[in-house]
Amino acid sequence: MTHEIIISGFGGQGVLSMGKILAYSGLMEDKEVTWMPAYGPEQRGGTANVTVIVSDDPVSSPILSSYDTAIVLNQPSLEKFESKVKPGGSLIYDGYGINKPPTRKDIHVYRIDAMDKAAEMNMIKVFNMMILGGLLKIHPIVSVESVLKALRKTLPERHHHLIPMNEDAIRMGMDIIREV
Amino acid sequence: MADKEVTLMKGNEAIAHAAIRCGCDGYFGYPITPQSEVLETLAAEKPWETTGMVVLQAESEVASINMVYGGAATGKKVMTSSSSPGISLMQEGISYMAGAELPALIVNVSRGGPGLGTIQPSQADYFQTVKGGGHGDYRLITLAPASVQEMADFVDLAFELAFRYRNPAMILSDGAIGQMMEKVVLPPFKPRRTEEEIARECPWATTGRTGMRKPNIITSLELRSEEMEQNNLRIQAKYRVIEEKEVRYEEYMTEDAEYLIVAFGSAARIAKKVIAIAREQGIKVGLLRPITLWPFPTRKIAELGKKVKGILSLEINAGQMIEDIRLAVECNVPVKWYGRLGGIIPEPEEVVEEIKKMTR
Repeated sequence: MTHEIIISGFGGQGVLSMGKILAYSGLMEDKEVTWMPAYGPEQRGGTANVTVIVSDDPVSSPILSSYDTAIVLNQPSLEKFESKVKPGGSLIYDGYGINKPPTRKDIHVYRIDAMDKAAEMNMIKVFNMMILGGLLKIHPIVSVESVLKALRKTLPERHHHLIPMNEDAIRMGMDIIREV
Repeated sequence: MADKEVTLMKGNEAIAHAAIRCGCDGYFGYPITPQSEVLETLAAEKPWETTGMVVLQAESEVASINMVYGGAATGKKVMTSSSSPGISLMQEGISYMAGAELPALIVNVSRGGPGLGTIQPSQADYFQTVKGGGHGDYRLITLAPASVQEMADFVDLAFELAFRYRNPAMILSDGAIGQMMEKVVLPPFKPRRTEEEIARECPWATTGRTGMRKPNIITSLELRSEEMEQNNLRIQAKYRVIEEKEVRYEEYMTEDAEYLIVAFGSAARIAKKVIAIAREQGIKVGLLRPITLWPFPTRKIAELGKKVKGILSLEINAGQMIEDIRLAVECNVPVKWYGRLGGIIPEPEEVVEEIKKMTR
């Protein structure tokens, strides 16, 4: 089983770190993983995207033409990646950043209002973990336990008290994602 | 970090960790995207407090390579890393090291050129690396990693080859392999060699003359042409041995292949995806991945060239390695090129289209 994902949004939204946690969670389950950022001069406010591949087999190309799942957190990302979702694949978008919703009928489209929810609950910092929760609800690529294990492993000890907040965000994301 | 632990890291970080672990004595470098994590990781790891390895940010790439020359002259395991424009600045020093027969490791995490170009991945430094770059008749032992694991593994291998043949070695990588994160098992710790070990293993090195030993002189200068020709002949003879003994490559699905892709580094990763898609569509494609770009797997490509209907040289440049492939097969089989330029990485589907064109 191989899952090829693109996560795309504005710099500063936690796109790259969300991808990193997903990749690390795959590692916790002994899966093969590749995390390939579209690195560049982009900074906060610019565009950022990362390809994450989680697989039971060795990963070939870290660069892909099409994806099983695209997570788009702003309009330019939607316009860039909607056409690149494989037929039958999934597109997840945050309602906040999108004014022209996706139109394809041959893919599954999911909406998650994580930005609104995170603002409402004063959890903006774990907005990306809400999105990750949404992804894991529709595609349980890795278990929530593995994500928490990955967080314990990657976060410095002094930030470990934030892990429960991350878990809450993941569960909240699982709760609020809806197929459109 | 435990010895056999599987961890997730960037290719650039793997280079830095592997350098510390293989007993490297010194790193001299200057930051440039997309390889700055090498120096950053070394600075964060502070190996000068553990193994005693020197890590120094020089004032420029020219200074870095000359510090490497100095360290190598004393038999130390020294290295530098940079990206394309920085590597161009180092060419004089690299040529001098080849001439003075000094072992050292140079890592190029290349980006799109020419000139200052872009910071995105590219393989456009192939010619510079395997055909010279600097002046004079010399060669660089060149390893092309295709994964983060190989970034880690090739550091020790490059040093080993550099010292075995007293010649600089290069790891030619690119921004994609440098920036992506993958699983990696870091090599086990090897202590740095002691002064006595260096004196024993590198009798040529300027380790400080004791007793009646003849002075060791490290230089590439020889104004007497007859002597200089002899120096060149000796170096060329060494290159023939390297070409005979050190060719490395990976063969992938070539047994029944009707078409062959030749690709190195990140392009070889893309090629494997291309092969999967092409085979689903009934086109039998295989891959020959040169791991050493010099020495080039000429004989292997000639042998495979006899079995296939066509070869595609997949390169993230305007077609450089294709010249070596054509020389290898002596035009007995059509060889086509496909690639993208300026920091764009070809996507698997567009390469599949090129393969389809070859079948028509």
